[in-house]
Amino acid sequence: MRSNLETPRSPLALKLAAGCSLLFLHVPLCIIILYAFTTEEAAFTFPPPGLTTQWFSQLASRGDFWESLWLSVAVATTATLVAMILGTLLSLALYRSNFFGRDAISLLVILPIALPGIVTGIALRSAISLTGAQFTFWTIVIGHATFCIVTVYNNVIARLRRTAHSQVEASMDLGASTWQTFRYIILPNIATALLAGGMLAFALSFDEVIVTTFTAGQQRTLPIWIFDQLTRPRDRPVTNVAAVFVIAVTFIPILLSYRLTASTRE
Amino acid sequence: MTAVPAPTAPAATSFLKRVGRYFYQHPNQALVLLLLLPMLWLLVFYVGSLSALLAQSFFSLDDFTGRIVRQFTLRTYQGMFSDPSNLDIFVRTLSMAAAVTVTSAVLAFPLAYYMARYARGRLRGILYLAVLLPLWSSYLVRVYTWKIILAQEGIITWFFNTLGLGGVLDWILSLPSFSLLGMFFVFVYIWLPYMILPINAALERVPKSLVEASSDLGARPGYTFRRVILPLAFPGVVAGSIFTFSLTLGDYIIPRVVGDSSYFVGMAVYAQQGTSGNIPLAAALTVVPIIIMIGYLLVARRLGAFDAL
Repeated sequence: MRSNLETPRSPLALKLAAGCSLLFLHVPLCIIILYAFTTEEAAFTFPPPGLTTQWFSQLASRGDFWESLWLSVAVATTATLVAMILGTLLSLALYRSNFFGRDAISLLVILPIALPGIVTGIALRSAISLTGAQFTFWTIVIGHATFCIVTVYNNVIARLRRTAHSQVEASMDLGASTWQTFRYIILPNIATALLAGGMLAFALSFDEVIVTTFTAGQQRTLPIWIFDQLTRPRDRPVTNVAAVFVIAVTFIPILLSYRLTASTRE
Repeated sequence: MTAVPAPTAPAATSFLKRVGRYFYQHPNQALVLLLLLPMLWLLVFYVGSLSALLAQSFFSLDDFTGRIVRQFTLRTYQGMFSDPSNLDIFVRTLSMAAAVTVTSAVLAFPLAYYMARYARGRLRGILYLAVLLPLWSSYLVRVYTWKIILAQEGIITWFFNTLGLGGVLDWILSLPSFSLLGMFFVFVYIWLPYMILPINAALERVPKSLVEASSDLGARPGYTFRRVILPLAFPGVVAGSIFTFSLTLGDYIIPRVVGDSSYFVGMAVYAQQGTSGNIPLAAALTVVPIIIMIGYLLVARRLGAFDAL
């Protein structure tokens, strides 16, 4: 850490510009939270004519909301587990080796999030249509896990690069098996990074909508439920509350992940 | 592989040990073993699907029966390129992606620069989180807020009226490209964090000594910024632009939620595969952004963007 004495003072214009970007990023989120409490049923008048908490209980009584929520939780959990396993294996394979095709593999991992989501979506959709497979829980999971691998991979490989390989060598020299080395040396080293990657994967999967519309068929994850709600103006207040709920659910894992990787960043 | 002797614990351990030792001594085989599962997943599900997509784009839809004819043909591509409305869609989407990318870079740079050069300690952590949270979370909700913000009775109208600028707002609303303008704001809002982080990462890597050397040699701050900092941060801008450009190129939610009926590539793809059931045309429409993005990625790699990712 550098001392504050060395830190030069920032020009006012820079501060203002940075502040404006920050406001632009966050004011809209505050607005949706405000509208979750509006008394108005079918419009978005500003300022809201009154505040109420009745929409929260109304949302809680919606069976279709809970169904979608559970589907989303199940999908995100499964996709996260798959991504954690595959991402860890990949990073273990790639962090120290330099073989032909290594760059191609790391590009392949990034591709599902670097290419527009609709590409992954329509690709899976056309594969499903070509093979005649049915839309199931697993078609959603496959899509999600594919673009979640990269978050785990990035976190774990960053940690592995910072872990001294001499520890692994020492462990093997002292007679530990590969499994013991993995269990007692590698895993404790990467545990928090792995968890952090998993958290981000969960957040990413939990509110994904673009790929999901192509792989879900008639099933409705929570984001698809919200998306359907948008076409129903009478349900607006309930939609607002659900939106705030999604913000809260995805913020928690991201905050945790940030804390877990504090040591990697410094 | 030799048969495992009597299933006593020590023997089993030593067998496992031998397997472990074998792979430790033969790192290439260990590598194959590690790569097997993830590569199988990515190749089967991702590359396999992409191939299926490519294959479908060479099929065609029978005009009379509405069924997909599984026979190699270039008819779908021919039809796509000869339809001027499709060309319109591509031009509109590409210009939007370019405009969004440039604007995001301009908005992102001051914040990224402030985070890298001036923010310290607690403030730095808070700023970092403030960028991270919107990046990872609530894409759909963040789009949805703009429906509320841009609503006729909403906060924008209130804002202009409070300032006594209602007339200005009416003028903006009367512009023929008004809905494009709204979409443009939402795109920038949604993808901005994807631009901030890579620029910030690139700026963090600019060695302090370089900046000091420049000023010791008599360069004024502005000159140092232009000749030292900016060129070193450029790969970060390119890395960020990969996301802003690509994500805008394929998005269909934003045009549907806040736009009017003018089509973007993503929406056209969605409509073709859904209501029309024309998967070959949907596939062919997707191949265009894929090719554009692959070209973009190749150029980005030359500019050193991959090291800044």
